Amino acid sequence: MTDTLNGKGLALIPRTDAKQTLKDFKSDQEVRWCPGCGDYAILAAVQSFLPELGLRRENIVFVSGIGCSSRFPYYLNTYGFHSIHGRAPAIATGLAASRPDLSVWVITGDGDALSIGGNHLIHALRRNVNLNILLFNNRIYGLTKGQYSPTSEIGKITKSTPMGSLDKPFNPISLALGAEAGFVARTIDSDRKHLQSVLRQAAEHRGASLVEIYQNCNIFNDGAFDTLKDPGTRDEITVRLEHGQPIVFGTGDNERAVRLSPTGGVEVVRRAEVADSEILVHDAHNPDPSLAFALSRLDEPAFEHVPIGVFRSVDRPSYDHLLNEQVQTATAEKGTGSLADLLHGGDTWTIG
Amino acid sequence: MTKQVQQLDRVIIRFAGDSGDGMQLTGDRFTAETAQFGNDLSTLPNFPAEIRAPAGTLPGVSSFQLHFADHDILTPGDAPNVLVAMNPAALKANLGDLPKGADIIANTDEFTKRNLSKVGYDGNPLEDDSLSEWRLHAVPLTSLTVKALEGYDISKKDAERAKNMFALGLLSWLYHRPTEGTIQFLEAKFAKKPEIAKANIAAFQAGWNYGETTESFSVSYEIKPATLRPGTYRNISGNQALAYGLIAASVQSKLPLFLGSYPITPASDILHELSKHKRFGIRTFQAEDEIAGVGAALGAAFGGSLGVTTTSGPGVALKAETVGLAVTTELPLIVVDVQRAGPSTGMPTKTEQTDLLMALYGRNGESPVPVLAAATPSDCFTMAIEAARIALKYRTPVMLLSDGYLANGSEPWRIPEIDELPDISVLFTTEPNGDDGAYLPFKRDSETLARPWAVPGTAGLEHRIGGIEKADGTGNISYDPDNHDKMVRLRQAKIDGIDVPDLTVDDPDGDARVLVLGWGSTYGPIAAAARRVRAAGHKVAQAHLRHLNPLPANTGEVLRSYDKVLLPEINLGQLAMLLRARYLVDVISYNRVRGLPFKAAELAAVIQDVIESD
Repeated sequence: MTDTLNGKGLALIPRTDAKQTLKDFKSDQEVRWCPGCGDYAILAAVQSFLPELGLRRENIVFVSGIGCSSRFPYYLNTYGFHSIHGRAPAIATGLAASRPDLSVWVITGDGDALSIGGNHLIHALRRNVNLNILLFNNRIYGLTKGQYSPTSEIGKITKSTPMGSLDKPFNPISLALGAEAGFVARTIDSDRKHLQSVLRQAAEHRGASLVEIYQNCNIFNDGAFDTLKDPGTRDEITVRLEHGQPIVFGTGDNERAVRLSPTGGVEVVRRAEVADSEILVHDAHNPDPSLAFALSRLDEPAFEHVPIGVFRSVDRPSYDHLLNEQVQTATAEKGTGSLADLLHGGDTWTIG
Repeated sequence: MTKQVQQLDRVIIRFAGDSGDGMQLTGDRFTAETAQFGNDLSTLPNFPAEIRAPAGTLPGVSSFQLHFADHDILTPGDAPNVLVAMNPAALKANLGDLPKGADIIANTDEFTKRNLSKVGYDGNPLEDDSLSEWRLHAVPLTSLTVKALEGYDISKKDAERAKNMFALGLLSWLYHRPTEGTIQFLEAKFAKKPEIAKANIAAFQAGWNYGETTESFSVSYEIKPATLRPGTYRNISGNQALAYGLIAASVQSKLPLFLGSYPITPASDILHELSKHKRFGIRTFQAEDEIAGVGAALGAAFGGSLGVTTTSGPGVALKAETVGLAVTTELPLIVVDVQRAGPSTGMPTKTEQTDLLMALYGRNGESPVPVLAAATPSDCFTMAIEAARIALKYRTPVMLLSDGYLANGSEPWRIPEIDELPDISVLFTTEPNGDDGAYLPFKRDSETLARPWAVPGTAGLEHRIGGIEKADGTGNISYDPDNHDKMVRLRQAKIDGIDVPDLTVDDPDGDARVLVLGWGSTYGPIAAAARRVRAAGHKVAQAHLRHLNPLPANTGEVLRSYDKVLLPEINLGQLAMLLRARYLVDVISYNRVRGLPFKAAELAAVIQDVIESD
């Protein structure tokens, strides 16, 4: 029986008893994002949360692709690899598959992960490679100065789409769930407490974790998530998903609930109009991803009601675990390989 | 009737049939018997890219050529002495290569009106006089096989399918091959279907007995074993040798091998082979695409594995950006390109040497990469270890070129003793190398210019690398103009300074005026051609490049010491252009790009022309 390290996601990674602080995780490099960028908040949240994990710093690796967010590894005093546009999941797969003793983090953006690197992302998720993938979604291309991205809304006016973009955006959560990722969550740059709580759960999950982080680009797409941040609207549209809790949101007369819809999905209804027993209780550990997928469709049309939190957290064996198990099985069955025996295998003949 | 036995010094046999006729298997088995017998040999499989083209058609013809001799040989042979034609398509497709007087063994059962018309024969060539200039042996292989298998509990279809084993038995009789190996092979192959095993063995033996009794074959042939260098031998194909070389490199470097690969003809067999040897600690990863294959290999290299990716030309095109990242992050990586006919999809199962310039230059920026090329199937073993040696010692991606001809061709290989293999072990950096306990990931070794290699998990050496230009020493992001100029030159100097053995010249009398130079898989045909030219009383020197970047230090000197340098290549003159540019030597190119290896006779004529022309 395969041990999936259920609930012990960090068990293989060496720990330290030494007290770590935020300062230990800051590199000596000057941070060079635009002033006001949401990336600062995420960096600060990560730097201050990493010490809590108690892992040896040298066993943490940040791998990134290309884009504003992908500069992230330079600012953390861990091992880091700033790679190629879209390819971070592929590079991190080789690292994580060969080194089960590492906590490997992929930092990526909506363009990097969903456009040029879409293929690698879905395959890393379906394989359940032991990665924590942080997808900074600002719904715009920042580093190339403001073209629409695969998460931009239809009709987005940008430099490359002066008459409005034509293509329907990806919903990263739906995409990840479609690839049957074991851990899928959404959080937001401005809510440090929520962000860190989600990151902690992602880190502790052995296997592929996808965390979508709504991140504001104040230069090219400022205010994209304002309705989720503005105290006047925030609580009316944010649907906080908590495992084991009925899914309700909104305040006062506007309090609403989520229930199963007759069409097979989920729907939002006025709280006052439903019995408690009808309200959907969130089950992040449900092996069937269908309900999690249905929840990910709640914000269609976009930003009317936006689920935040852990959509799915299900254990299954991680890719490195299965790969190493094959190596161990092969060795146990036939012994460690002998090069001389290998070369002399098959039909041989001797001369002289 | 006592049959006559004739002594021969060498024979070239071509088995040809429909893709479904099992010609590759038949060829493999005849090769194994021949290797077991002790002849020197060389093989050339030739098959369509289509898995099953329509039966009986010309595009569906699959063939396997084997050259074996009582002396050392260098190529699979130019023209077959014997053609085994399992159907009209096989006859039609191969007759053009067959010299007059050669033997044709044709399966008459398949020469039906329908099959004949499929390939455009008006009449039956076995029955009219059109084959009178060859020695035709018309044998009803299928019906003889079915008859021999009466009484076995197998379907008629399975009985017919065993006709290739009947043919193998007949050929084994004809050339006095040992049969035990094939019987054992069939027992093992069909262990789960004992009735099929028995039937195939019976068909094989029936073929042998048929040769012994029929009047159709009055002579059998004996080819004495070759005298090869003492040692233990096995037959090996280029892809298998390359896989074994990579395993040996892993053992000799004491690093776990990580292969990231995406299936592609003709490289896939390396992935298949390596995936069988997990007990060497090998991890094979079949990626979602070529880019992920090389990406994963590079990620594993960052983590301290021996990172390898295997592919063919179109795959190299896709991997280019990641190879560039390996160049600039200075991580060891082996990229194997089993070249095939291009451009684009080209002819996937046919060979070519057309990726040299891509291997050398197919990346953005100044992106120097060492390039190696194996000369023979068994040389793939040696060059795989050499690729690893250079990658690890200099912390660089290395491009190792093979091609379809080497990949699928085979030859006897003297198995090296383990202590003959080089020690290529590396030491990871575990201590700070800068002031105040700092770690400088780009502080170079003064001799090799290699940077240190500190892998994740090493305390105190945490550092960041990436594709953006790095400051010399610290590796921090740098846009400083002079730093960039310096780093570009340092990376180039590191590759230029790789220790590469001198180019050796084979010039028996030492006074030849013409040098024939080659690289990669043309070694066999060029060396065989040089022998012929010398046997005809001419003088020619021969040299072969296995290191294409950097070139051996004495290359210019060697080229300049001959009046003429002839360079045959299976491309339009890629190396010739480089040598002309670099050494200002007026290299004479000979180029053919037919998807097939050169023939020795063809090159002998070209060499002779160059010697005689003034």
